Parts: sequence; C-alpha cells; structure tokens
Amino acid sequence: MIPQERHQRHEDAGRTEPALQAVRFAERSLEGVQRVPGPGGQAFDCGDGAPVRLDREHETRPDGLAVEQHRAGATHSVLAPDVRAGEPQLVAEEIGEEQPRLDGAFVARAIDSDDQRRAQGPQRYALAGSAARRQDSTMRRREALAKLTGREQYVDDLPLDGFLWGMTVRSPTPRGRVTAVRFRKDVDWSQFVVVDHRDIPGPNVVALIEADQPVLAAGQVRHVHEPVVLVAHQSRDAVRRAVRSIDVVVAPEPPALDFRVPPAARQIQYGSDNVLKRLSIEKGEVERALAQAPVVVSGTYETGAQEHVYLETQGMIAYLEDDVLVVKGSMQCPYYVLKALQHALARDETRVRVIQTPTGGGFGGKEEFPSHIALHAALLALKAGRPVKLIYDRGEDMAATTKRHPALVRHRTGLSRDGRLLAQDIEVVIDGGAYVTLSPVVLSRAIIHAAGPYSCDHVRIRGRAMFTNAVPFGAFRGFGAPQTQFAGERHMDVIARTLAVDPVELRRINLLKDGQTTATGQVIRDGTDRLAVMERALELSHYRRKQGEHAAFSATHDALRRGMGLATFFHGAGFTGGGEVALKSRVRVAGRADGGVEVLSANIEMGQGTLTVFTELAALRLGLEPEDVTIAEADTSRVPNSGPTVASRTTMIVGGLVERAADDLRRRVGLADSARGATVKQAISRWHREHPGEPLFGEAAYEKPPGIEWDDKTYRGDAYGAFAWAAYVAEVEVDLRTCATRVIDFTAVQEVGKVLNPTLARGQVQGGVVQGIGWALMEECKWRDGAMANNQLTNYLIPTSDDVPAVRVDFLENPYPHGAGGAKGLGELPIDGPAPAIVNAIAAATGADPREIPVTPEKLMELMEIADLRLRIADSAP
Amino acid sequence: MSVHSAIRNPQSAISVTFTLNASPVTVEIDPADRLLDTLRYRLGLTGTKEGCGEGECGACTVYLDGLPVNSCLIPTYQVRDRSVETIESLDPGALEAFERCGATQCGACTPGVVMTAWWLHGHADLLRTHTIREVMAGNLCRCTGYDGIVDAVADSLAEKAGKGKEET
Amino acid sequence: MNVLLPASLPEALDMLARDSAAVPMAGGTDLLVHWPVRVEAHDRTYLDLSRLEELKPLTWKPDELVLGGLTTYWDVIRDNRAGREFPLLVQAARQVGAIQIQARGTWAGNIVNASPAADGVPVLMAYDATVVLESRRGREEVPLDRFYSGYKEMQRRADQLVVAIRIPRRTLSLQVFEKVGSRRAQAIAKVGLAVAHSAAGWRVVAASVAPTIRRCPALERLLESGARVWSSEDLYPAIAQDVAPIDDIRSSARYRTRVMARVLYHDLRDFWRGERRA
Repeated sequence: MIPQERHQRHEDAGRTEPALQAVRFAERSLEGVQRVPGPGGQAFDCGDGAPVRLDREHETRPDGLAVEQHRAGATHSVLAPDVRAGEPQLVAEEIGEEQPRLDGAFVARAIDSDDQRRAQGPQRYALAGSAARRQDSTMRRREALAKLTGREQYVDDLPLDGFLWGMTVRSPTPRGRVTAVRFRKDVDWSQFVVVDHRDIPGPNVVALIEADQPVLAAGQVRHVHEPVVLVAHQSRDAVRRAVRSIDVVVAPEPPALDFRVPPAARQIQYGSDNVLKRLSIEKGEVERALAQAPVVVSGTYETGAQEHVYLETQGMIAYLEDDVLVVKGSMQCPYYVLKALQHALARDETRVRVIQTPTGGGFGGKEEFPSHIALHAALLALKAGRPVKLIYDRGEDMAATTKRHPALVRHRTGLSRDGRLLAQDIEVVIDGGAYVTLSPVVLSRAIIHAAGPYSCDHVRIRGRAMFTNAVPFGAFRGFGAPQTQFAGERHMDVIARTLAVDPVELRRINLLKDGQTTATGQVIRDGTDRLAVMERALELSHYRRKQGEHAAFSATHDALRRGMGLATFFHGAGFTGGGEVALKSRVRVAGRADGGVEVLSANIEMGQGTLTVFTELAALRLGLEPEDVTIAEADTSRVPNSGPTVASRTTMIVGGLVERAADDLRRRVGLADSARGATVKQAISRWHREHPGEPLFGEAAYEKPPGIEWDDKTYRGDAYGAFAWAAYVAEVEVDLRTCATRVIDFTAVQEVGKVLNPTLARGQVQGGVVQGIGWALMEECKWRDGAMANNQLTNYLIPTSDDVPAVRVDFLENPYPHGAGGAKGLGELPIDGPAPAIVNAIAAATGADPREIPVTPEKLMELMEIADLRLRIADSAP
Repeated sequence: MSVHSAIRNPQSAISVTFTLNASPVTVEIDPADRLLDTLRYRLGLTGTKEGCGEGECGACTVYLDGLPVNSCLIPTYQVRDRSVETIESLDPGALEAFERCGATQCGACTPGVVMTAWWLHGHADLLRTHTIREVMAGNLCRCTGYDGIVDAVADSLAEKAGKGKEET
Repeated sequence: MNVLLPASLPEALDMLARDSAAVPMAGGTDLLVHWPVRVEAHDRTYLDLSRLEELKPLTWKPDELVLGGLTTYWDVIRDNRAGREFPLLVQAARQVGAIQIQARGTWAGNIVNASPAADGVPVLMAYDATVVLESRRGREEVPLDRFYSGYKEMQRRADQLVVAIRIPRRTLSLQVFEKVGSRRAQAIAKVGLAVAHSAAGWRVVAASVAPTIRRCPALERLLESGARVWSSEDLYPAIAQDVAPIDDIRSSARYRTRVMARVLYHDLRDFWRGERRA
C-alpha cells in the first residue's frame, strides 16, 4: 500500500463538508447485493446510495475481497478476485476520504454480459479477473477518475500549514552589471524574508551540463527575467507588492539578440564567438557529390520558439523535516532536481528529499527548469525556517521559463533528375539563449534527424548552438527534431516542385529501405515497411482523390483554396548514443506483504500514461491483476534513479526495466520464470511471513541492447536503438480574404513497435499533432529584448477544440525486441510531422512558398502577394 | 496559519453567504478576492484550477446560477445569495465515457472540461445551433488534442439519448 | 479595496454621485483579467452592479429591442427572436470568447470598456443603437456612433451608468458581420466589420482599425452611390479616409487594411458589381 499522508483541511473546509462527495455505490453496476461477512461487518442494501465506510484492507480470499487504495484521488475500489465473465464483479467505490476503512462490503451479482459495457459504472480498471477480457482490452488510465473529479492534488492544491508565499525579483535588462538592488522605503522589509546570491550555501550554480547558470544572478545578468532576489511573506498579495518595490539597477551592456547573425566583438560573451556548441555529421564526400549532381536545390527554413503552455504552471514547495530538506512539486525529473539541490545547497543525499507531485503537463518544459524553482523555494525555506510555496503566475511562466529553440536550417541538396538524393549538405543553427542548459543535446538530436528518413550516400550536417541574451531555451517535445524535420520535409516539397516530381514519388524513391544507412552510418534493419506506412497515410486521407477534388473546389469557391500536404519522418527513442548507458537507470519492483507488488522508479506521470503502462507491464509480467500493482510516488528517498522522464524513453526503456525487475523479484522468492498469478502472490506473501520486517524487491539496471555502437567523437554509428517511423497528411483550407489557414483533416500513421495501450497511444498522437498545428499556424513568440512580450494566453494562441479537426490515427505494428512489451518510444514523434505537412498543404493550396513557421495570416498574405507577382510577371513575359 | 488572501484591511472585509454545491456557506473575504481564490484557498475546494488568470483557458470553470463561468473573473462578493457549483459536486458515476475515451491526460484542464461538458450534457438542445467543439472552445487542453474530450461528450450524449429512447 | 453593494439602481446612482471615482463592475470579464498581478487595481473603489435586477432583462417593444444595462451575450444568444431579427447580435455574441465569457459579459460593459477591438459594439453600431445613460442628474441618450470621441474616451460621465441599449426594429435587406481573429474562438479581433442596410441607409462599422470603433462614412457613401467597384484594391482610398490601422502585438496595419478591403469586397461583391441593389 502506498503511504498516504494525512492532510489537514484548509480552514472553513469543515463548513463545506456537504459539498464533498459521500461514498456512493456504483449504482449502475449493481444488480443484486450479497453480504460478505467480515470482522465488524455491516450489511447494506443495494442501490439506496447509503454511504459505506471501508474499514481495513482485506487479503484476497476466494470468497472475500481485495481493496485497492490509490495514491491520489482517494478512490477505492472493492473488487472480487479471480472473477470470470458473468460472475460477481465490481462492488463499490468510496470517494472523498484519504484513509478508508473497510467495514464490510458486498459483492454484486453477475451482470448481464450484453449490458456489461454500459453497466460498468465508474471503474479504474477493466473488471477484475476475466481472462478473456485481459487479452483483448487494455487498462484504462489508472488515475483517470481522480483527475476527472478534481481530486488529484497538484502542488498548489496540497494543504500546507504555516507557509510563506515566495516570489522572484528579476533583471529588467538583457545584459549588464547589477550596480544596485534598491528596496523602496515604503515597505517594512523586516516583515519579509529576502534572499540573494549570498545566501547560497554551496556554489551559485544550477547543476546541469555546464556550470554556467547561477541560481541567482550575482553581479552580472545575461537575460531579461534572470532571477536576482527572492522574497517571501505569509500574504501572497503582500509579496506581489513587495516584488514591485524592489528595483534591480543594471548598467547595460550591448546584448546579442539575433542568433542568425555573427556577433559583433562587443557582443561576445561565450568563448570567442558565442558558439555554445558545435557538432557535425559527415558521411561520404558531400562537396564532390554536390559538384557532380545534375541538380542542386537550395533552401533556407526557419522555425520559431514555442511555449509549452502546460495547463498547470510551474511550482514548488520546500520545507524542513528535522534536518531533511523536502522539496515537492511539478517536475519531470526528480533526480535532476535532487542533484541541483545537493550541489548548490551543499547537502548530501541524506539531507535532501525530492518528491514529484502530480504534474499538470510538462512537454519538456519541466525537465530542467524545476531545478531553479526548487532551489529558490528551498533557499527561502531555509532562511525563513518555515515552509515556502512558490507558484508561477501564467504570465511569469511564459516569460521567464524555457521555450523550444528557434532554428535556422539551410539545405543544399544534390539530386538526379528523377529525384534520387545524391548529396545533402545541411547547416543547422539554433538559438540557445543566455546559458548552455541543454542546448548541446538539442543540437545533437537536431542534426541526427536533419537529413530525414532517407537514404543518401553523401551527407554533411553542421550544427551550432548560439549564445544570445535571450531567456534560455530548453527542452520541448521533439527536442530539435521538429525543427530540422520541418526544414527537411518542407525542402522535399520544394525539391519536388523544382524538379516537377510528385512529392509522394520523391519520398518513395528515397525512404530508407532495410540495409541502407542513415546520415550517421547506422544500418537500418528493423523490418519496418516504411513505404507501407506512407501508403497507409495516403489511403486513409484519400490523398489522391482529394487532390483531384481540390481543383474543382477552387473553381466553385472564389475565396477558398484547399490543399493536401505530406510529411514522412522518424524519431529515435531514448537517449542518443551512449546516453542511456551513462544514465545507469535502475528500477525496483518490491513485493508487498499482501502478495502484491510496488513499482519503484523515478519516471513520472505527466499525462502520458506512465502509471497505467507500468501497472500493465508489471501485471502482465507476473500474471497479476492491475489492482495487485501499486506505483510508488516518485520520492528520491524511496525510488532508484531510473533516469529522467524525457526522450520518449519511459515505456520503451524504463518499462523494460520494470519487466526485468519483476523477473528478478520472482527469482528472489524462489520461483521459476514461468510462474504467474496466484503462485507469485502466495510466494511473495510467504516470503514476508518468513522474513518479517525485511524489504523484498527485485532490481534491474539498464543494459545496452546488443549490436549498438556509437562513437561520440566522430558522431557516427547507431544513434538510437530504435527509430519510430511515420507519415502524416494534412488537408488545409485557406481563406483568401484573410489568408487564415484551417486544418480541416489530418491523418497520422506511425509504426512505434507494439502498441501497448491503444487509448493512451492514440491520445499521445492526437495531442502531439494539435501542438504541431499550433506551432505551424498560430503560436508565435513576439520578442522584446530577448524576452517574450506576448506572455499571456490572449496573445500567445494555442489551438482550441474549435480550431482543429478530429485527428485520424493509425498504427502499423512491428514489435521492437528490446522495448518493453515490444514498444518503441512514442511521445515525441507526433510533433515532428504536422508542421511540414501543413505548410506543404498550404503551398499546394495557394501556390505560395512558405519557408518558416508559424505561417500566420499576415505572413501568408505577404507570401501570396509575392506569388501573385511572380504569376503576373510570368503571365506577362513574352 | 497562512492564507492566500489574508484580509488585508479588516475594515473592508465582507461576509458573503451563498449556496455552494447545494449547501449554504458563509465566508469572510477580502473584497479583492476572486471566487477562484475563495474556493481554493478559503474553502479548500481545490478541484477548480487556475490556468491563466485571464478567462482564456477555462480550467477555473464553475457554475454560477447554473451557467458555466470562469471563476478567475468573478469577484467573490458578486456570488452573495447566488448558487455556485464546483467539480466536487459532480457525480463520479456519470463520468464513465470520459474514462473510456481518454478525455483526460495530465488532468490540469480536466475539472474545467468536465464542468463544461457536463453542463452541455444537461443542455443538449444547444447542439441544434452549436457544435460540441464550439461549446468546448473555452476549455483549453494541451495534452489530448481534444479528440478524447469530444468523443467522451458525444458518447455520453448518445448514451443519454439512448436511455431516453428506452424509457419511452 | 472598497466595494459598494447597492441593492437598486437609484441606490447605485446615489453612490456613484457621491464617489465618482468608483468603478462600476458588471460581469468582470474585462476588469478582472490578471487581477492578482495588477495590484494597483486593488486600491480603488468598485461599485457592484450585479444586484440591479431591473437592468438584466432584454425587452421587445413594438419598434425597438431594448437590451438592459446588464443583459449578457448569452441572454441574446438564447433569445429566439434576436436570432431572427438581429442575427448579427447573435453572430457577434457567439464569437465573444467562449461560453464562459458569454455567460458573464454584458453588452453595456463592452461599450464602456471602449476597446477598439470590442466584439459587441460594431454590430450594435451597425444597427443604429442608442446608449441610454442615467445618473442622479437625469437620463441621457447618445447614439452609439457618436459615443466615442477618442481612444478610450466616450460620452459617459463618471456618475452615469448605462442602463439600456435601444435598437430600432427595421427591415434589413443586408446584414454582415465578420470578425477576423487569430483563431476561431477566444480571439481578439484583428479586424471587425459589421455592415447593414435598411431604409435608413447603409451602415459600415469597423473595429480594430482605428483608435475607436466607428462608422465608415466614405465607404457608406460609396455604397450609397452605387458606383461600380471591381476589386478590393479599389476600396483602399475610401478605407484610408475612414480608418487608420496600426501595427501592434496582434497584427500589422498593412494586413488590417488589406483584409478589411478584401472582406468588404468579397462579402458585398454583388453590390459592388451592380448585380444587386439594396
């Protein structure tokens, strides 16, 4: 059973007791009630809605009940074990109490199988025990009901006694020397806790790749909104006013604000040339091949920054528990936060504890930035001697935290006349902002994907990440690959138009076949039929038929134009090259006294389905029911470091560790690998009876799959254990009056190994596609001094439900032998394809030639005027 | 104990009595308190979330006199003698379609989504003039891409219609 | 922060007369945006209008529709007659934010917020609405197309409340509303246009292309004249006389001008080409 904290309710909450849910029966699922005797058991009639108080956890008995208590949401299902279809099933759900007590309960009589689906009622799981169902249905999201009822508690929902609100005072200037920090006289500063860089016990560094970013600026500021001072007070209103009464005075120095132009001497602030990182990939002899190519097509493409807009803004709580600093909050990587806290606060791991709270979206935005907020909250808490809560307002979050790296990509491509790729020379430049953060890794993934899923013997990709005085850029779903694949896939259509070759044909000729190599020389031999992926997308989208219809459509609609666009792309899952080995990820699966198991990992749930997938993997591996599996809270004092929740690695790689740790557990209780179900449970509980008070767990550590070789110095070899492959088709409609583009149809076909949970997988694709639609059409960061000026949701637009079509999703399956359950990583792939598919569709619809995103109506109007001009000139040419 | 919005000036404090999830409630508030603040920090009903503070995202959706509204834009003093309903009042038994169709992922937008969806469920005649997507457009979601949400609403409406037919 | 809680309109007007700095609060959908971070806004006195029940209903009279001072967008969307007789009101209301905003936002609040991008004002102005103001000093009526005198400047004294908006019932031979935003819902207009024709003549109203929402007399005269216009570019001279769009965080002057011309041209194409007379 997962430990539950008893939380005290906020003041006045007692008066709203009636507003809270009493325990209810799952009324629709009850057709009859049978009393089950238990100690002090009480009988209840069915269907009268009387509340049941569940008193204690029962062991599973043939005639008895199992109680599952969920970590979050406090919903408890009382389930009959080993039930076969048509037999007594789900009983009751208690809602509204964190600590249930099982008094007595009852078992419903069989439900008519025809009505089974409809009569299921609210359940966390598929019905217990039915073997037939376990094969052909997968688990529902484990914590869905908690989220749907608003009971899932995010960091700002947690009750907390005696805390102070923290806030951050920031630099107003992109670059300069802090000459003074002035505290205005109309505030009684003795009432506030104030922290600056001098309060940092250890090095003033946020530990990440390079030790260049301070926790709090100390003398030098390098970007607008850089944190300088922290303030805390019991009243949030008082602390807001206080922040306005502190002036950070900066003697300005000339900032570098355009990553695309070489910096002037006085703008150099990193190395000799403001280049944070250089990387290159070389294959064959690209200059010679270009010189010999019958055709060379060049193009320059740009992608803008993208703001994550996770619906839960960033936030942390910090407090001392005896001598242990506890930090809780919204995050993707508890161990990154732990490492940063240990380093800057000079505390070893026995004196720091990091706990991830349910996280309302991340998308990479909560990969590294939470370390900053954790440090800020911790510093305030340490100085105040009281708990501190630091929650970012939306405007602050948008302006001051990381965003997707803006990119500029130049292609020079040599081809034969029929469209075969002979040489690819690609230059990739990304804006890293004012600190190194993760830019070298983003650059790495960007260049590895830059040449696309195609075969070409001569490739050179040169990349650099630039320092500028912009707010530092950071991880965002895709992590460099969306940027370079936008460029690559748009360039393919530019090539197609230049050569008068069909864009589909161009892909058909060049898509990698088994036996061919990528830009880094990795031999692709996974057996995936990449042409079939593309064909499926064309088929489902009615690509050819619609193309034919669009011409007629234009004739009958003088203000509307429609077009189809295609993108074929790929995404490598897991850390690049030796990255997974370096992570040394470990997972444990503990055996519980009741015979169930607990999965302990540092990989978190942020909506992508970790809790559910890990439950399913452990349950399937050991032949247990999902309700026998609990997932431990990601608490660094309890869970091993299984690596960060990034890079589409959680299911594929860490899920694999869950499976192997389960195997290890099974062996430790003396069972053969084939043992499953009740045998396993009994062995575990027997082990506990024979070893009272001792911990029991199986462990697994990451092992590189065989045959993967990567050379970090030459940047050659097997960049990833597996690539996922995809083809997306977008249909757009452009309003010629306003040049506004609507995506009216979208098809997403991909091969991601084995699909473990169709609902979750589909949700990942649909969510990624809509983020891609936003990035392509409406998400535009407007900059002032390197900071986001349009930092509010009225001016930074993400798609609403009314802006996007239903997204048609299909999977072709080709199980990956080294991924959990045969799965490949899936989370980031879907955002690589939509933007180029959409922009290719806009080009098809209008004849315009967009080379950068977002293609806002304003930009498209300019491009169409250029296109018109060309048409008029062409028409008038003799 | 620390409170989000300690009453800054006791002389300007207001006592507000209203019906909350079918029960009467009286709270002392600062006139500057938004309904969202009162629900979350004074009354401990944290199911309603704050996503933007500007009425764009809908995460703070509650019902005021039976209509879905953004509680981040309502001064608490305006709900005196009125009826407010929050996510905590919804019947979890009514949410099966939402579980089944993948309507929630990270959950941050979800209470607001469910409030609007449930309201539409009870006012389905609106679908004569509106699409589901138009009605849900005031609830931003960054995770699902909206299909899971729209499918859940459509399914739950179809189930309701199906049941209605059976009863006649 | 202080808040005044009148129970009736006369009480509200009394309070406003005594404290003209008090800010009337209707639905709150403009005044409460980013409220917690706008601490300076907390140091004012607000006048809560939400209990002035007499201002809530809309009323159908034989020759006019009267919106109350607290009538919301949602009230109009749900009124069947409004959809039939004043379809632009419903169209505009449906494009204000989303349901949560429509349920709270008031037409009067939209008028006195005086945003150049307001959603309700253009259609009201195209329907020749009249703003009815009351104060302790009496009642005053101002045609909406003369209500604004400059950016955020209007014919409302600090002691006045908008208690009604009167819209004459006419037979309209044409009515068009277009809101050009950056996405379908929850968008602030980059260009707003409301056009109507009745026996009283042409009304062309533009939003987001000038410091105030305003009628476009040059365009109206062009339509009245029946002069043939063959392309959207031909509308530029009249547009230049009527409006002055700017570059701002949402869009550019160039885009706004072109879109205004194209939308006007396309939506009234039959009239511009003389194939149809109003």
